[in-house]
Amino acid sequence: MNSGILLDMKDICKEYPGVQALDHVPFQLKAGEIHALLGENGAGKSTLIKVLTGAESLTSGSVFLDGKSVKVRNPLQAQHAGISTVYQEVNLCPNLSVAENIHIGREPRTAWGFIDWKTMEQRSKDLLRSFDLDIDVTRALDNYSVAVQQMVAIARSCDISARILILDEPTSSLTDSEVEKLFSVMNRLRGEGMGIIFVTHFLDQVYQICDRITVLRNGRYVCTEKTGDLDRVSLVGRMIGKDYSELAGGLTERGESPDRESLMDVAGLYKSGTISPLNLTIRKGEILGFGGLLGSGRSEAARLIFGADRADGGEMTLDGEAVQFKTPLEGIRAGLAFCPEERKVEGIVGDLSVRDNIMLALQAKQGITRPLDPEEVNRMTDKFIDLLQIKTPDAERAVKNLSGGNQQKVILARWLATDPRILILDEPTRGIDVGTKAEIQKIMIGLAGEGMSVIFISSEIDEMMRCCERMVILKDRSVVCELAGDSLTESRVMRSIAGGGA
Amino acid sequence: MKRKRNFSEISLLTITLALFAVMYLGGILFYGFRISTFLNLFNDNAYLIVATTGIFFVLLTGGIDISIGSVVAFTCVFSAWLLEKGVPSGVVIPLVLLIGLAFGSLQGFLIVRFDLQPFIVTLAGLFFMRALCSIISKAAIAIKNPFYLKVALAKIRFTLGRQHPKIYFYALFAIAVVLATAFVLKFTKFGRTVYAVGGSEQSASLMGLPARGTRVMVYGISGFCASLGGVVYSLYTLAGYSLQNIGMELDAISSAVIGGTLLTGGVGSIFGAAIGVLIQGLIQTVVTYQNLNTWWTKVTVAALLCLFIIIQRAMSVNGEQARKKRLIRVA
Repeated sequence: MNSGILLDMKDICKEYPGVQALDHVPFQLKAGEIHALLGENGAGKSTLIKVLTGAESLTSGSVFLDGKSVKVRNPLQAQHAGISTVYQEVNLCPNLSVAENIHIGREPRTAWGFIDWKTMEQRSKDLLRSFDLDIDVTRALDNYSVAVQQMVAIARSCDISARILILDEPTSSLTDSEVEKLFSVMNRLRGEGMGIIFVTHFLDQVYQICDRITVLRNGRYVCTEKTGDLDRVSLVGRMIGKDYSELAGGLTERGESPDRESLMDVAGLYKSGTISPLNLTIRKGEILGFGGLLGSGRSEAARLIFGADRADGGEMTLDGEAVQFKTPLEGIRAGLAFCPEERKVEGIVGDLSVRDNIMLALQAKQGITRPLDPEEVNRMTDKFIDLLQIKTPDAERAVKNLSGGNQQKVILARWLATDPRILILDEPTRGIDVGTKAEIQKIMIGLAGEGMSVIFISSEIDEMMRCCERMVILKDRSVVCELAGDSLTESRVMRSIAGGGA
Repeated sequence: MKRKRNFSEISLLTITLALFAVMYLGGILFYGFRISTFLNLFNDNAYLIVATTGIFFVLLTGGIDISIGSVVAFTCVFSAWLLEKGVPSGVVIPLVLLIGLAFGSLQGFLIVRFDLQPFIVTLAGLFFMRALCSIISKAAIAIKNPFYLKVALAKIRFTLGRQHPKIYFYALFAIAVVLATAFVLKFTKFGRTVYAVGGSEQSASLMGLPARGTRVMVYGISGFCASLGGVVYSLYTLAGYSLQNIGMELDAISSAVIGGTLLTGGVGSIFGAAIGVLIQGLIQTVVTYQNLNTWWTKVTVAALLCLFIIIQRAMSVNGEQARKKRLIRVA
């Protein structure tokens, strides 16, 4: 054994058209360790895992397993090589029994070559008992909770003698006691010499169970450290690209925030399993930041306020009047606007023209039976193309042909066309070039200056600091603190995000 | 950790069985059904049972095959034509079965290889086979081949008091096909892969199962069973006619659904599907006894289908609610 290194990935590059998803990334996994793989949106974690499991092919680089070069082309080969993955979305067949899910593809056979159900079920029962799980293995997997399904997936991986186990956000939908159970299984497997790659958003869990941490950012390798050598604040710094020691001294200069009238009050708004009760105020003409790591609940909070998700309880008042949004349309009619994070999935209709995309929300607000005046439509489209400097040859161009930054501006224009009082922007600057980023920030500040309230969500602490007057920090799906004025400094923000030592 | 089963083949099968039993009891009480009525359900619907068995494989994977009615018709017309030309039955039967298998596999290959909609591909198949029927012969062709005549009339006759119910060999053959299918689906790797693909094709391939190959094969089986059903049908009618069995594929699909098969794939029992055929036969019988217009059969089947789809939906909604509760518990 060469110093116990199980997996050695060197200079891994992965290019998608126009994007360098992984840029010469190295990764090493030792036998008998739990290794956290961390990073924010677009850091390249999932791409690295896809490359490792053969779901995506790598552009260049090499992978060594036990010192031997291997090329993994598909998930089946990965399995044969001893690499198993358990995803957050359990990749088993819900309609088959637990026993089958463990054994399918390699079922025990009778002398005649037919499936031996008795043996299969007995073996499954024994296997799951060794994981402290005593369930009826003849029932369909669908009958069991996500936690049990994950345990079944892990049991399956172990049973096909996996040596590397990849756990991709396995704890996102588990209760504390289920997490404990998962951790005790992980500990046991580590003891047996398995190498475990653990992807998670929960820093507490990283410090609870991981031996080493590798951080990626924007497709690049940042560092690999022993967990004990890296405190939380520096870890967050590495993840978001800020060195805490650089900041600790100097406070960012910031004037007193002017007194503003409150526009919207949110009291105790919550949704089970998504976000704990929220209490916050949105004031007229301010930019309010929602800070926190990916998965902290920042987007979920915004979706709940807008009505994209339905709240389970809580109250909201707008201008002193109680309001309740059950659907996005109700939010839109009340003067809210929401640019979602995944603009490709949730925002842009690629095949429609720039003009049609801009008019979508306004049409929805008016009701689909009342046509918009075509002249008015043209005038408004031209106005926004001009105002936001959307780079398109004409308003007829299909949006999918525009660059990411310009697509983002089209979505922004769409919501501005509804003349909203509260504009929610979720990661509006992600994946677009620096110039356009600055433009969008400028537009945002301009809008706030005209009296519009803006809720701004971003992973980049820099731009949050530049734009926001106040920030609400979320962690583990609840608000941990609100920072404004003198207390709104980069170091305070980072400490609050990291938690555990603020 | 144990929870109530959300929806399962077993509960759906129970409903189907109960429905059949109630209807049959009703038949005995109101119309004086005899043993022969029961056996005739098999005699008259043997071809449909065989064809339903084939399409059942496809439905389990979440696909659909609407070409089978045309394949049945083609098999009948083509074999009648060949037999009329004096080709021996020992050649005709293997030949038409092979054509069915090849045609189904081709459809499966196109669907999987080029990622096409099964509905459209098999719709093309439906037109193609139906057109071939007319090209071969527009008029009905009677089958006078001695082997066919012999097999068509082969039957077992029971004596129960003054009743003499009978069951034909081809009906027994259909029952054998159902039993064989049940065995294949439960005890072979291929059978379990069919269910796995229907549950989640992505998961199945991530678990290293030959998902794509299996999907091609189920269409091959569907084509094969359709031509087998065609052979049974030509024994039943001793003729081939280009316009026969129009819409039969829909009878097969509705039988499967009434028998508890989920069209989304992954859940269903072949026994349920076969009983589904019998239920339709039973409705037909009642309609005949009542001397009603035969379209009343379709009206009743339509009502039943609606009922079953709603039951299935209700069951899976219950499942979703159970899942939601799980999430709330998590929070």
